[in-house]
Amino acid sequence: MTVDLFDKFDDIIAERDALLSAGLADPFHVVMDQVLSETEAVIDGRRTILLGTYNYMGMTFHQDVIAEGQKALADFGTGTTGSRVLNGTYVGHKALEAALCDYYGTEHAMVFSTGYQANLGMCSTLTAKGDYILLDADSHASIYDGCAMGTADVVRFRHNSAEDLAKRLGRLPAEAGKLVVLEGVYSMLGDVAPLTELVAAAKEGGAMVLVDEAHAMGFIGANGRGVVEEQGVEDQVDFVTGTFSKSVGTVGGFCVSNHPKFEVLRLVCRPYMFTASLPPSVVATAAKAIEVLAHSGNRRAHLWENSKRLHTGLKAAGFKLGTETAESAIIAIILPDQDTAVRIWQGLLEAGVYVNLARPPATPLGMYLLRCSLCASHTSEQVAQTIAKFIAAGRAAGLTLSETPPDGADARTASGLPGSGAAAATA
Amino acid sequence: MPNPHASLSNAAIFDRVCALIAPFNKKAVALTAQTTFAVDLDLDSLTVMDLVAAIEDEFDIVLPLNMLPDLETVQQVADAVERILKDA
Repeated sequence: MTVDLFDKFDDIIAERDALLSAGLADPFHVVMDQVLSETEAVIDGRRTILLGTYNYMGMTFHQDVIAEGQKALADFGTGTTGSRVLNGTYVGHKALEAALCDYYGTEHAMVFSTGYQANLGMCSTLTAKGDYILLDADSHASIYDGCAMGTADVVRFRHNSAEDLAKRLGRLPAEAGKLVVLEGVYSMLGDVAPLTELVAAAKEGGAMVLVDEAHAMGFIGANGRGVVEEQGVEDQVDFVTGTFSKSVGTVGGFCVSNHPKFEVLRLVCRPYMFTASLPPSVVATAAKAIEVLAHSGNRRAHLWENSKRLHTGLKAAGFKLGTETAESAIIAIILPDQDTAVRIWQGLLEAGVYVNLARPPATPLGMYLLRCSLCASHTSEQVAQTIAKFIAAGRAAGLTLSETPPDGADARTASGLPGSGAAAATA
Repeated sequence: MPNPHASLSNAAIFDRVCALIAPFNKKAVALTAQTTFAVDLDLDSLTVMDLVAAIEDEFDIVLPLNMLPDLETVQQVADAVERILKDA
């Protein structure tokens, strides 16, 4: 007899069928028929505001970035068809690594084919049997998977708790190698890590430190170098990983470091070696976008304004949010159950607003979230429309909310200074 | 500094583990040596990891997450804790 290997997924299939038979749309199978700009697409024939992308800095349609990509596509072809360590390193890949070194002020940079692979590669390769890897409880799947792929002992500490990290480090043998893995911005609730305290605890415990800045790069920090810059810990962090699929506006991942032996990773890191390198057009757009991001102070200021405006408006309406104040460009709305979350999600989509629906196990504490992520290219009007549509959809789903969007929706009532979000996180 | 829990008997460890499971035992399943976390207690992976943290703090030990695939029952966890305490 043959066991059907798909039987193990029956519960998930049944849950999805129940949603669909209740007349709800499938939140995980949205198709964008046309993309009109960084902030608008056509979904189901409807012009829709995109409020659930990671296009924080609006780089996807930047003219100079597109021009670089088109030139590289014409000059170098559609793809490399090879690994970085064989035939897959073109002059563009080296230029992109140089652009990352310039941006972060580091000696070394290594470009991976996705951000997922950057974390997978770094977590699994840096540590070995006998070493310890300590990760925040709310870490991204790529970090958990990197730990699972490696051979080190894995220890998890309470989310954003330097005290819990210190306690767990204190139980480990002094002579063992240790890596503490942190994130600057946690993507589900949009909360910022107290890196100052966490990095201090890691150093005190004799650990090296890796910070994933996926959701902070380009936006947080005076020069967009992330929470490590914002909190002044760049010189104490051994490795920063990140992605090109958010503020950089394309796809790919990286790690930057000043470690003198860093380059050896190109010879030992399997997720770097055993996959094709990024296409020439992608590395060209990434390099140009990173150059643009370095000088995007105005975009950063406007993105802070948008984030605070949305947070203030939704909070005043009575929605329960993931953070007390806007700490990043992610504003998460916490809903009581899956049914309410899907109903509001669908109501918004029908009203022309796309947001992300997030559910366990991607979310902490079994939460159902509608997650908004803002873009520097969103207009104040788009944000105001979104708040009004959230209130209408929330009410239609049975939530008790304020009658009208309150005046608090105006960002001018909140302090619009870059960086105040990070300060609030540690308060 | 020796761990003050190092002299605990397997039975004493088992009882303490059961006490730690109680807050996670939403279905009020009667705990035996063979009770499983995934099926009998219906705990998801995140809850299991929270339980691991509670066990680590109770016994002041390191119970690495990579050991979890081999720890399906309450008895297996009690045995693992005993082993870690003895090895420390």
